[in-house]
Amino acid sequence: MSDTSERITLSVNGISQEVTTAPSRSLLEVLREDLALTGAKEGCGVGVCGACSVLVDGKLMSSCIVPVGMVQGRAVTTVEGLAAEDGTLTPVQTAFMECGGFQCGICTPGQVVAATALLRECPDPAAEEVREWMTGNLCRCTGYYSIVAAVLQAAKAGQGESD
Amino acid sequence: MRPFRYHRPGTVAEAAQLIADLGEDGAILAGGTSLMTLARLGLAEPQHVVGLAGVPELCGIEGNSGDGITLGAMATLRQVETIPPVRRLAPGLAEAAHQVATVRIRNQATVGGTLVHADPSQDLPPMLMVYDAVARLTGPTRTREVPVAELFVDFFETVVDPDEILTSVHLPPASLGVIAGYLKFLPRTQDDYATISVAAGLTVVDGCIDTARIAVAGGGSTPQRCREAESALVGGGTDVAGLAAAADLVPEALDPVSDARGSGDYKREMARISTRRLLQRLVSESAT
Repeated sequence: MSDTSERITLSVNGISQEVTTAPSRSLLEVLREDLALTGAKEGCGVGVCGACSVLVDGKLMSSCIVPVGMVQGRAVTTVEGLAAEDGTLTPVQTAFMECGGFQCGICTPGQVVAATALLRECPDPAAEEVREWMTGNLCRCTGYYSIVAAVLQAAKAGQGESD
Repeated sequence: MRPFRYHRPGTVAEAAQLIADLGEDGAILAGGTSLMTLARLGLAEPQHVVGLAGVPELCGIEGNSGDGITLGAMATLRQVETIPPVRRLAPGLAEAAHQVATVRIRNQATVGGTLVHADPSQDLPPMLMVYDAVARLTGPTRTREVPVAELFVDFFETVVDPDEILTSVHLPPASLGVIAGYLKFLPRTQDDYATISVAAGLTVVDGCIDTARIAVAGGGSTPQRCREAESALVGGGTDVAGLAAAADLVPEALDPVSDARGSGDYKREMARISTRRLLQRLVSESAT
């Protein structure tokens, strides 16, 4: 623990959390290493690839370039917080499975969080809007067609989330 | 990455005092997309960071046709892209904001951050120049206003003093009547920095160009107005030859660096072509 440590409180997936840490650490690192939420992944580490996508106060962000000091008192949602408590998957998650919107899976948590954010803002997007929104979430397996198909299917299912 | 202390001022006055006291050990954190990336790459090592997220007076966007539009320094680029007063009164600015990186970055990056970071390839600065926008700077003893067109000094360097904070940007009402657009040349990926980009704004009266603004990003050490090309347009008609002749003056105003996105000569040439295409688009919009 360095001398810059402070106590930071934040809500993660609806649960109030308190961490004592250097505020300069990335939100991603704190989620993964302090809170054991390993869904968000570190890909590029500089905000480009989207593997670390989370929602901060409902807004899609790159948790790798958010210092945890910046989310003091704010609400973070990770991929672990999307499904219902009984494990029922959201329409986005179901659609990714049914459409085969993944292969190796490392980008999938980010893809799912990004798609969820899109459908909250725009419940019935055109394919072009889906492609544009998902631009920042890189995938090196699928070629993207099945990802776009999954987001469109989730939109058709009526809503982007279970709550 | 070197750990830093995090300061959370609640007012501009507190923030200004903090950065004055911290001096070179301190850095201002707006959205974090630039500072955190630089810190993670080891290119910035602030010991103290002054986070502005909790300063309400820096947030928000207000505007109407009578007063112009005021963008708070902490307004996000996503807000600039989506908020009705900007979309309605300064659609060129919303268009430019829409083309910044990805929605994830636009949710985090701010108006103040994109200006003060002063990367010459950023999308908003040339469009703010087209709208004659003026930045407001607050320091410990004074507040002053600087046109965005006079804000930039060199790569990553502005006229903002170390103890000043850029608090807002104002688009004057007279600028809002312009027909403005943005053409970002992106040969690689949609979320890339521009290889070169052009912002332009025209007013056309009875088939004659009455006012013109052209500004380029990625064309040198700062974003810049192309005043000779502007002058060539004013008083002329909207024929393609006239627009092309003005666009031909743009390359001379530029000194782009050769890098992975292309040679300086290539960028100059694409600036000329992009300007001509953009002007033709704006003229056709003015006719409808």
